[in-house]
Amino acid sequence: MQALTNRLKVVSRKPMTFWERMYLPAILKGMIITFSHIFKKRPTINYPEKTRPFSPVFRGLQILNRDEEGREKCTACGLCAVACPAEAITMEAAERKVGEEHLYKEEKYAAKYEINMLRCIFCGFCEEACPKDAIYLSETFAPSNFQRKGFIYGKEDLLIPDPKKDPEAYKKALGSRAKHPEGHGNEH
Amino acid sequence: MFLTIDWTIILEKFVLIVVVVMGSLIIAMYATWGERKVAAILQDRRGPNRAGPAGIFQPLADGLKLFFKEEIIPNFSSKFLFILGPCLAMLTAIMIGAVVPWGNKLHLFNRDMSLQIADINIGILFVFGVVSMGVYGIMIGGWASNNKFSLFGALRAASQIISYELPMGLALIALLMVTGTLSLKAMVGGQMDHIWNIFKQPLGFLIFLVCAFAECNRTPFDLAEAENELVGGYHTEYSSMKLGFYLFAEYINMFLSSAVMVSLFFGGYDIPFFNDAALIDKLGLNWVTIIQGGVLFIKIVCFLIFFMWVRWTIPRFRYDQLMNLGWKILIPLAIFNMLLTGALVLLKQNHWHF
Repeated sequence: MQALTNRLKVVSRKPMTFWERMYLPAILKGMIITFSHIFKKRPTINYPEKTRPFSPVFRGLQILNRDEEGREKCTACGLCAVACPAEAITMEAAERKVGEEHLYKEEKYAAKYEINMLRCIFCGFCEEACPKDAIYLSETFAPSNFQRKGFIYGKEDLLIPDPKKDPEAYKKALGSRAKHPEGHGNEH
Repeated sequence: MFLTIDWTIILEKFVLIVVVVMGSLIIAMYATWGERKVAAILQDRRGPNRAGPAGIFQPLADGLKLFFKEEIIPNFSSKFLFILGPCLAMLTAIMIGAVVPWGNKLHLFNRDMSLQIADINIGILFVFGVVSMGVYGIMIGGWASNNKFSLFGALRAASQIISYELPMGLALIALLMVTGTLSLKAMVGGQMDHIWNIFKQPLGFLIFLVCAFAECNRTPFDLAEAENELVGGYHTEYSSMKLGFYLFAEYINMFLSSAVMVSLFFGGYDIPFFNDAALIDKLGLNWVTIIQGGVLFIKIVCFLIFFMWVRWTIPRFRYDQLMNLGWKILIPLAIFNMLLTGALVLLKQNHWHF
């Protein structure tokens, strides 16, 4: 009969030779094999200390951005919520009062902005939809939580630290994805 | 009438007993850590590395976990025996340490203190007696669980230990012909003056080693706890620290059987390549004794690592293979070794004339 694949292996049913029946040489061989594994490289990455580098197009947690003066960019236009296929985003708009110019960049802002991280599929459509570059996906992923309500991220969770008050935390949160707002490749 | 008790010797022995028991417990504890590390290294993994540097507090965490687990005693078990089982396993495991010579002697407070709890003249026979008692821990535990799988495990353990004690004893007889003594201390002394017994009894050592693996219920002979056949073996119904005792007893057994093997075949606390008597003149008795203790410890650790190395290399025997190996191969081999040794010893006494 013609073989279908070339992976056929004929099982040898020959009686064992004396050398094989001695058993100890075989054990010794096996032990040499395991011994050689002492010098092999371990593929494990010590996770919390070391992380695997993400690809440049990795989409993680959303961040609400501020401009250089620390003003919130979001105008609560709702385009991200419309674009969101998982309907994870809800927001409530409010009008900027006199004297709040240092807080919000434009006359309208989001008083409430929530993303349900259990619904979010991290597609990045919100980032594409945003006309103000106010939201983008960072390189971190959603941490675990004990309760479902802990996964509904409000403004205090999403908003980037103030670059004026806490420039280091801002830098850290900004990550590499925000450096080239026009260079994501999303626009083309 | 006036029974005078030498209180200092009681105190001295008491201290020694506490040190040896505690030492075996700590070494057994760290043997679990070592086991996991060795397994990890041989399998290209990292092993425990979270609790403390390189995971050295892992055994403490494991022990704590076992203590906090719920203690379950099955309703249909015989409760007294159920508790007796792990106690017996632990007791017999620790008792072997009584006759192992851990070093020569220390000279403290103007008296010589022997580093052996009891230098009884039938030392090695005592070890054998205690080892065969060890199976009762497993047997009683497995039987008292009132569970078929536990009983299977216990049965297997019992038959295995009985089968392998025979070749072990026969291998030992050949060794006794060479050394001419049963006391472990005298055996070590003999090896310090001449060459180690491994060179006189290589085949005997091989048989003894294989049997030691079987006596300790270690892979490839861990049929008593073959999880894929017997759930958990004899300790299926055990939980919490009673399970911990069984697991601990296994490691203490391993440690002490390594110590016995080192004493029998690898010169015990003898420092290799040095004349110990000359060293005593140079460094003083106490220092040499401490070094000897260290050397013995290193030898034992080598054996422990060997035990683990074998465990993570070869798979478990099938039951019939186990019995075949024990009865059809090891016993004839041991008898052959015994006869050969006897003939050679007689020839040597006759100055190599037939």
